[in-house]
Amino acid sequence: MPEFAVLHEKPHSFYSLYERKGELQHQTHYCPGCGHGIVHKLVARAIDELGIQNRAILVSPVGCSVFAYYYFDVGNVQVAHGRAPAVATGVKRAHPESIVISYQGDGDLAAIGSAEILHAANRGENITVFFVNNAIYGMTGGQMAPTTLVGQKSTTSPFGRNVWNEGSPIKVCELLNALDAPVYLERVALGSNKQIMAAARAVRRALEVQMRGQGFSLIEVLSPCPTIWKKDPVEAQHWVAEELVKTFPLGVVRDRTKDAPVRPASAAPPALDKIPGILGLEQDDPGPTVGGPAAREPVELAVKVAGFGGQGVLLLGEVLAEAGLASGLQVSWLPSYGPEMRSGTSNCHVRIATRPIASPLVLRPNVLLAMNEPSLRKFLPTVEPHGLVIYNGAACPADCLRPDVTLIAAPFAQLADGLGGARAANIAMLGALLEAAPVPFESQVPNVLRKLVRSPKWLEIDLAALARGRQAARQEVAS
Amino acid sequence: MKTGDRGRVDLDSEECKGCGLCVEACPPKVLALASHLNRYGYHPATYSGEGCTGCGICYFACPEPGAIVVWRLKAEARPVAQAA
Ligand SMILES: Cc1ncc(C[n+]2csc(CCOP(=O)(O)OP(=O)(O)O)c2C)c(N)n1
Ligand code: SF4
Ligand code: SF4
Ligand code: SF4
Repeated sequence: MPEFAVLHEKPHSFYSLYERKGELQHQTHYCPGCGHGIVHKLVARAIDELGIQNRAILVSPVGCSVFAYYYFDVGNVQVAHGRAPAVATGVKRAHPESIVISYQGDGDLAAIGSAEILHAANRGENITVFFVNNAIYGMTGGQMAPTTLVGQKSTTSPFGRNVWNEGSPIKVCELLNALDAPVYLERVALGSNKQIMAAARAVRRALEVQMRGQGFSLIEVLSPCPTIWKKDPVEAQHWVAEELVKTFPLGVVRDRTKDAPVRPASAAPPALDKIPGILGLEQDDPGPTVGGPAAREPVELAVKVAGFGGQGVLLLGEVLAEAGLASGLQVSWLPSYGPEMRSGTSNCHVRIATRPIASPLVLRPNVLLAMNEPSLRKFLPTVEPHGLVIYNGAACPADCLRPDVTLIAAPFAQLADGLGGARAANIAMLGALLEAAPVPFESQVPNVLRKLVRSPKWLEIDLAALARGRQAARQEVAS
Repeated sequence: MKTGDRGRVDLDSEECKGCGLCVEACPPKVLALASHLNRYGYHPATYSGEGCTGCGICYFACPEPGAIVVWRLKAEARPVAQAA
């Protein structure tokens, strides 16, 4: 009985079962005959052969190969559409000993991610990119890709790609070859047995470039997508060899593997505990936060400030947020305004809280500062029950009342005008807020005004308006 | 298995999606798609049982990570050509 030994089997760099779903755990999710499966196999084999499974980190894209991390038993990250080279850059710099692979489709790499790949290549990042070019967007159902052939029909080029309308197919290897830094660029294909073997060699070589520390390498793989091409798997394979290669010639586009020097190691990242200092976030003077915010009553302010552009809506929000920040609370300040600098509507969302803030949006304010009537009408219905509404007007319109909220109406613009400038109405309203809803960061407000208001004249008016606003609120509440 | 074959293949009919790429790729044409369906509704690839040279080409043509295992006669038997 002749003795046989295993020559080729499933690479060890694949999981034995793919636990994406409860069933079909032996199979990939790819369509029959899809090139992604072959590229996966070539990559996994190379990882095995080079003995780098324990330090390989795969960055999976968005596209049909979005689930690559379910198959490769290596370190895995899955990233936003097109961003793989940027994330790979970060991973590699943070873990220089790792072998970082960016796996991307042609929509991912050449369309939405064209900036990321260009700049990663230009920086000569020591990463390896496997670029699966199937001349189409597979996952989303067959839209034109930058690599779609001239004349090729897609859902977004139903009459065939026309160079005068959609431009010519982008040849990524040739494009990157215009840059100084890349070390190794080759285009291979999955159109025949011979082509697949050449692809296997290129995949391995590209990883070796990274292992030697030389820098950027990219292998473009012309790959069948039988489903979207509407061909059976064998026809699709032939189409790669007969048609795709006419537009995308195979071969080495750049090879500096012999003479490219080893890239200098990037500086070691700073220790984690040094980062606040580097960012200037260390509080050397805890000042009024003594005891820490946790020691006080919890704060949970969700403020909407709304008015016309030019009324100081954003500044009012900013003063509030800065005051909260200065007393050690969590804050967010989100301006929202139309394209007009003046006169359009303007509003901002401010959150001040003891606990971390999940979203800066304030859709249900517990404080509304309405600087004009349209804003009052628009946002009054959104105020939380038991909330506080401060309105810049002698009285709220009769049809604008809500019995379940505290309403303070005063002609803040006139009051401020009397002090030297109607524009200080915003600060007068802030004064009213401090009076009506005692907040723990009150004492910071004058300091913040001193910081933000550069003109001494306006600072004086603002400080007076702050006091006048408080007084108005006291009278309102008393009456 | 015919004595004298240099290789043999194991096909996992549950992993196979019946794409037929291995059938197309195999130089001595010893693979075929079965007439029956597997659990997932594909006609799985099968080996005729003789004539495999152990060239390994089907393995590289197959998109499924573990559908094909290729075996080759141990070295003492006789030297063979490398995969294409
Ligand atoms: C930011 C963003 N924009 C758009 C999409 C929709 N989208 C998902 S996959 C894809 C294209 C994928 O094509 P390709 O990179 O060629 O990969 P393939 O599916 O062909 O392998 C698009 C546009 C998305 N997920 N995220
Ligand atoms: S749609 Fe195309 S690229 Fe996507 S899995 Fe199917 S064959 Fe592969
Ligand atoms: S190893 Fe070669 S001869 Fe044997 S089945 Fe596969 S392709 Fe055919
Ligand atoms: S290539 Fe793989 S998936 Fe396709 S028929 Fe052959 S064994 Fe099955």
